[in-house]
Amino acid sequence: MKNEWPLWEIFIRGQHGMSHRHVGSLHAPDAAMAIKNARDVYTRRNEGVSIWVVEAQHVAASSPSDKGPLYEPSESKVYRHPTFFDIPEEVGAM
Amino acid sequence: MYAQMIKTASDGIKSRDEMSDEERTFQDKIDADIKIEPKDWMPEDYRRTLIRQIGQHAHSEVVGQLPEGNWITRAPTLERKAILLAKVQDEAGHGLYLYSAAETLGVSRDELVEMLLSGKMKYSSIFNYPTLNWADIGAVGWLVDGAAIINQVALQRTSYGPYSRAMIRICKEESFHARQGYHAIMAMAFGTPEQKKMAQDAVNRLWFPALMMFGPSDKDSVHSEQSMAWKIKIKTNDELRQQFVDQTVPQILYLGLDLPDPNIQWNEERGHYDFSDPDWSEFFNVIKGNGPCNTDRLAARRKAWDDGQWVRDGLLAHSRKKAAARMAAE
Repeated sequence: MKNEWPLWEIFIRGQHGMSHRHVGSLHAPDAAMAIKNARDVYTRRNEGVSIWVVEAQHVAASSPSDKGPLYEPSESKVYRHPTFFDIPEEVGAM
Repeated sequence: MYAQMIKTASDGIKSRDEMSDEERTFQDKIDADIKIEPKDWMPEDYRRTLIRQIGQHAHSEVVGQLPEGNWITRAPTLERKAILLAKVQDEAGHGLYLYSAAETLGVSRDELVEMLLSGKMKYSSIFNYPTLNWADIGAVGWLVDGAAIINQVALQRTSYGPYSRAMIRICKEESFHARQGYHAIMAMAFGTPEQKKMAQDAVNRLWFPALMMFGPSDKDSVHSEQSMAWKIKIKTNDELRQQFVDQTVPQILYLGLDLPDPNIQWNEERGHYDFSDPDWSEFFNVIKGNGPCNTDRLAARRKAWDDGQWVRDGLLAHSRKKAAARMAAE
């Protein structure tokens, strides 16, 4: 077995009311140490109020080659955006 | 700048006709400023060159802690000590961001560290110079981090997504480094005559090593063409060096210090300062391992790695034991 600490992906909530965002990754022997290290590495300047850590091997990702089939269909569906619909001014704010 | 003299893994730039379909799609993305992400297809030479460049950059951040760490316990005031400690801690973080970026290319951090310790990979030549006194610490923050910023600001636009994001993060923190250094030098330049003399001496000694950080002159920089085409390198060594000189000369003058090179002169026609080249034979000699501190720096890194072995092993064994116990309980 390789004796390298596993890689963890780090997510930080920047402010109350915001969602956690991916900020980077680091190595740690376990989740508790990953949180401690994340605190040292990613929140030294008040960047966070909460930390999530996930072992990198547990992240499933979409494949770059699926980009077409996955995302292109939404390009032709402009009616999903509110600006598609012209509403007469007399109707007021909507 | 922390990576210098990166040998590009390439047999020269291919024309569009010589490229395979994959290579053409890849180059089109780069030309359109679309970032390359870890799972995207990329030429093997691009991957190899990036590992070298990001790895060397990461090693420089880590080795760069040594000359400054040397003065933490001897900082002149508690405030300067806290500031220096924070700065050196940042460098460890920068090393980590960069190792993480390199790891997305399929090399592990331990492999990179082993290549540093065995001498297969380099770090920036600047860290093979000693920090002899407190004025050097100010000058390092101001000049060395100042030079690093110039390179790293350009690299924020680099084509590889993880590297670019690491650069953006690092640049945000790095301007603290340069400013605290200039602040420390200001205190000395405007202090007693003895302090001013120390500041002058530090600038005189570190000026040329700082210029060397940008790597050899463009005419001797054989591999940069492919790296420029891949946008791994954004500006040439000489362009970056000129930018550094133009930015730094007025800062030296503000301090009331003498310029460290008699040939520094404003060139109206070029709109830039003229200056002397560093002694390139000294540069190549330091790169080869014969600088004043090469042996000490590597010895310190090896010692840290070896002394930390039991901690790494112990914590890993502990977490495996706990994981096994959890499995058994389920």
